[in-house]
Amino acid sequence: MVMPPTVLGYYLLVLVGRRGSLGGWLHEQFGIELVFTWQAAVIAAAVVAFPLVFKPARAAFEAVDGQLEQAARVLGISEPAVFFRATLPLAWRGIMAGVLLAFARALGEFGATLMVAGSMPGRTQTLSIAVYEAVQAGQDETANVLVAITSLVCVLVLLGAGRLAPGRIVNR
Amino acid sequence: MQLDIDIRKTMHSGSRKFRLDVRLRSSSRRVVIVGPSGAGKTLTLQAIAGLLRPDAGHIRLDGRLLFDSTGGIDRPPQAREVAYVFQDYALFPHLTVRQNIAFSLTRGWANPPRHRGCDAVDYWLHSFELDRLADQFPSELSGGQRQRTALARALVRRPRALLLDEPFAALDPALRGAMRRELDGLQHRLQVPMVLITHDPEDAAAFGEHVLRLHDGRLLAPESAVAAVASG
Repeated sequence: MVMPPTVLGYYLLVLVGRRGSLGGWLHEQFGIELVFTWQAAVIAAAVVAFPLVFKPARAAFEAVDGQLEQAARVLGISEPAVFFRATLPLAWRGIMAGVLLAFARALGEFGATLMVAGSMPGRTQTLSIAVYEAVQAGQDETANVLVAITSLVCVLVLLGAGRLAPGRIVNR
Repeated sequence: MQLDIDIRKTMHSGSRKFRLDVRLRSSSRRVVIVGPSGAGKTLTLQAIAGLLRPDAGHIRLDGRLLFDSTGGIDRPPQAREVAYVFQDYALFPHLTVRQNIAFSLTRGWANPPRHRGCDAVDYWLHSFELDRLADQFPSELSGGQRQRTALARALVRRPRALLLDEPFAALDPALRGAMRRELDGLQHRLQVPMVLITHDPEDAAAFGEHVLRLHDGRLLAPESAVAAVASG
């Protein structure tokens, strides 16, 4: 979370690049090349946004009343079922709030994506990078449209997260 | 019910140390353990339910060994076939009254369906006068209704014993008497053995066939006539 995205992107390049440990193995075994593909953009966005979903999800799981899980156990419910029938539904809101925030962060991902996926129009160019390039190229109209779309999505995400966050589910 | 408990457990909390040392043997259908808060009542009940692992000793219920430290036996709570009514009822806030009651009847990884009932659930909804509240969530219920839901959820799977942790403490005094009578009638009707823990002497007077006093982790000498405490 504290690492600059470009630095993260560099680490990703080292890892999944053709000469990287994982990238080299993938290339040899399956002929897969990740760098400068849209899949690389997905990986970059996921890595950068992961802390935003991890922290709220962990907090949500920790906030689940342990007594409810105990109640389920005494009622004869197996451990995996306790998780799926009590723990997960009780933590669900917190997890979804984190997912939405992570989504917004991934939408704005720039540095790491540019490092590993480049910016090939129509192939690996993301919305945020397209805004930058449109402005650089002086295509104000394109930039306006892209910015409007991004802003709208971000506002919707924020509204959604706000509705989920203050956990309506309380025991009592 | 044949209840045979002989357990020891040491709990540490910071620099404080608490020693639980409970030995009791009873064939009563109504065992009441009375004691002030912090005496270890809940710990004892949790040990019977399998939610707390004693350091040493054994727990036997109706001839079934639930825990035995020397034999290495420690049945998980799922296999003990007891029902536990928590002090604040621990109803599942994300499920309706009907789903709460049906919880233990549904196996698998999904919760019971919201609107489809089954005979056993309908029976308990009806006998606790919860029919009209079947689709409500616990947060929408009154204290007495919550307690009835918790009792129905506990009884629906026909447990070998009903463990009650301060069942009336969360209720206001006016309701307490009524719910005592209700539980009393229910227990007579079902003949389900119960172990009730409470700090309230009135509960002991109402239910105590076999009353035990717990103080600072230890049971005191029996005072009820029916009592038969075997002190090892």
